[in-house]
Amino acid sequence: MPQILMPALSPTMEEGKLAKWLVKVGDTVKSGDVLAEIETDKATMEVESVDEGVVKELLVAEGTEGVKVNTPIALVLAEGETADAAPAAKTAPEPAEAPVVPAEKAAEVAPSQATVPAAPKFEAQSDPDLPAGVEMVEMTVRQALNEAMAEELRRDKDVFVIGEEVAEYQGAYKITQNLLQEFGPERIIDTPITEHGFAGLAVGAAFAGLKPIVEFMTWNFAMQAIDQIINSAAKQLYMSGGQVKAPMVFRGPNGVASRVGAQHSQDYSAWYSHVPGLTVIAPYSAADAKGLLKAAIRSPNPVIFLENEILYGSTGLVPQVEDFVLPIGKARIARKGADVTIVSFSMGMRYATQATEKLVAAGVDVELIDLRTLRPLDSDTVIESVKKTGRLVTVEEGWPQGGIGAELSARVMEQAFDYLDAPVMRVTGKDVPMPYAANLEKLALPNVDEVIAAVNAVTYRS
Amino acid sequence: MARKATATKAQAQSNVPEFSKEQELDAYREMLLIRRFEEKAGQMYGMGLIGGFCHLYIGQEAVVTGITMASEKGKDAQITGYRDHGHMLVMGLDPKGVMAELTGRAGGLSRGKGGSMHMFSNEHRFYGGNGIVGAQASLGTGLAFAAKYKGDGSVSLAYFGDGAANQGQVYESFNMAKLWKLPVVFIIENNKYAMGTSIERASATTDFSQRGASFDIPGEQVDGMDVRLVYDAAKRAIEYARSGNGPYILEMLTYRYRGHSMSDPAKYRSKDEVTKYRQERDPIEQVKARLLEGKLATEEDLKAIESEIRAIVTEAADFATNDPEPDAAELWTDITVSA
Repeated sequence: MPQILMPALSPTMEEGKLAKWLVKVGDTVKSGDVLAEIETDKATMEVESVDEGVVKELLVAEGTEGVKVNTPIALVLAEGETADAAPAAKTAPEPAEAPVVPAEKAAEVAPSQATVPAAPKFEAQSDPDLPAGVEMVEMTVRQALNEAMAEELRRDKDVFVIGEEVAEYQGAYKITQNLLQEFGPERIIDTPITEHGFAGLAVGAAFAGLKPIVEFMTWNFAMQAIDQIINSAAKQLYMSGGQVKAPMVFRGPNGVASRVGAQHSQDYSAWYSHVPGLTVIAPYSAADAKGLLKAAIRSPNPVIFLENEILYGSTGLVPQVEDFVLPIGKARIARKGADVTIVSFSMGMRYATQATEKLVAAGVDVELIDLRTLRPLDSDTVIESVKKTGRLVTVEEGWPQGGIGAELSARVMEQAFDYLDAPVMRVTGKDVPMPYAANLEKLALPNVDEVIAAVNAVTYRS
Repeated sequence: MARKATATKAQAQSNVPEFSKEQELDAYREMLLIRRFEEKAGQMYGMGLIGGFCHLYIGQEAVVTGITMASEKGKDAQITGYRDHGHMLVMGLDPKGVMAELTGRAGGLSRGKGGSMHMFSNEHRFYGGNGIVGAQASLGTGLAFAAKYKGDGSVSLAYFGDGAANQGQVYESFNMAKLWKLPVVFIIENNKYAMGTSIERASATTDFSQRGASFDIPGEQVDGMDVRLVYDAAKRAIEYARSGNGPYILEMLTYRYRGHSMSDPAKYRSKDEVTKYRQERDPIEQVKARLLEGKLATEEDLKAIESEIRAIVTEAADFATNDPEPDAAELWTDITVSA
């Protein structure tokens, strides 16, 4: 490798000054010896020799400015090598002699880079058909979540639960009640108060093949751990070229609680739904809570499972089938209708459902959709509905900017613009930190009247 | 012979363990492979073939070499930060795949989608290659958690630097690792500088072997430039962890010759300091001298090894230069696993 080339000190460097030679013709150099100093406007760096040999010629004089990257600056001959030997080396070219195409240039000429291939489309499955006459049992969302975990813990010994107060205390919100008794302290693990640490620990355990269920006492505390969730769990598969998986569930109560102030009361739906690599689920009903949590635990991907504290005690009918698993990524049409589409999820569904009842009574044929999964987002179901109704109202507890409603609005505009008979209206939490005072808290939340007002606006009934 | 955290480390090094001829040659070969590979990577970075960040391991070779020699290859897990090329080479990952990942090519270990800081191998139990400083301490503790949960007898070797040692999650991990007696060895590669900030300017206490003291985790300070001492301490630490005693901390006193990354001119330290390490403490030269002085190898033997290593590195560089970039369709693959 006789030629020493002008090196780049950074990917953006195009030329620099050859400030100083530290060797002269005739010197013997070996790997690691400093040959020269290079200067740019940002830095000075040393050029080290990679091979052993004798300096035959210095091709660029000391002090020369504007030396282009990859210009030969010196000739160093290895033992037994002569300047004429260079052509012989051509038959087995060393990288330095291979034509060097700077990365940017390569991108310009490679046509495959010029067009972005289309994103693959996620095809959600439909809910399984329930057997005729299946028994429906009324239970709380809390019981449904508890059953889902217990069943999956029984099914797969690689599944374990880790978090604060999940074992002996039986769960801060009693979602893990009795799990310690049945599965023991090896699989139901109380942690210190150490969200960042135990989230990272669980991701590491998932890399090694386990299937952790990480309970955050509330999603507010997961802010301490969000680096591990996003930078380690969500991106791992991609960064490893498909090799290392993080099959795990991060779950806990999300959204607005009651009278606990700004730090304990907020909705992370939009935050996590932003991140490729994550699956994000936010169920409303007890049946969906059970069927989707079981699906989440079985998923080979990291899943964000957003529960809601206020909904834990609400009841619903859950089918008593052997293994009730629901498809991830499929919205549920809660009510079919023709006049207007209301889309919501999680706690927002409570406002939307109550508003729907009133609107239907007033003669508005509402189609109500529960997204259930926020990533992958089932926009097909929403688009199809809007094509029928021509009107869309979204309902969520989170902040308006960059929210789920904002995303749905954009998708509807892109894919069903000509079908719209009115602008999309968003009903959201107000754009403020959650206040403590009872009256202010109430004002900060979305409410049934706001949903009705939005529907009236898009149906021009106001 | 685990020492308590309060026990000092100096005694651990009073008796330098002898390496057999095979061990000396093994260590020489592995360290030389890292050195030559990294020099080539630096050169290729200079040619614009490697983009972004590129953190070289030159100077620190004895650390990963000694520890890997003391571990069970293919069984014990290893995880580190972004200065990760050396770890992969010693663990037996394909140098061609590593170099091709550096150049962002289809044949790279992560199919060109990870880059210098993000390479992994389930087969070799190497879990990266992590770009967030300190994240690997928690992740590595999780690997140890899985080892204990499964009862597979493996140990997790989690490396991080003196800079990462000031991150909060490191201590969260120390706490859980000790609380649950997880089989993990935390290896603090103290190369004296967190990017451009010296340990004295960043750390209230600079004896990192004692950083586990409040969790009662034993720690040793080791001359990380002498592969025999690294190996000896690692044997002891790994055995301790494997036997169910919980975590162990090894502080490796080491030195990187190059800047923090390729684009770091390293103006925060004197030339004399670097020269002193290179001339007096170089891990490879130490082994070389012992091999020659002990007549365990001749100059010709070592030259033969050198040529062998150069051939491997040249082959890797050629592959990484000529391998195509990933297909555009790869943009959309590996985001999630299809269930």
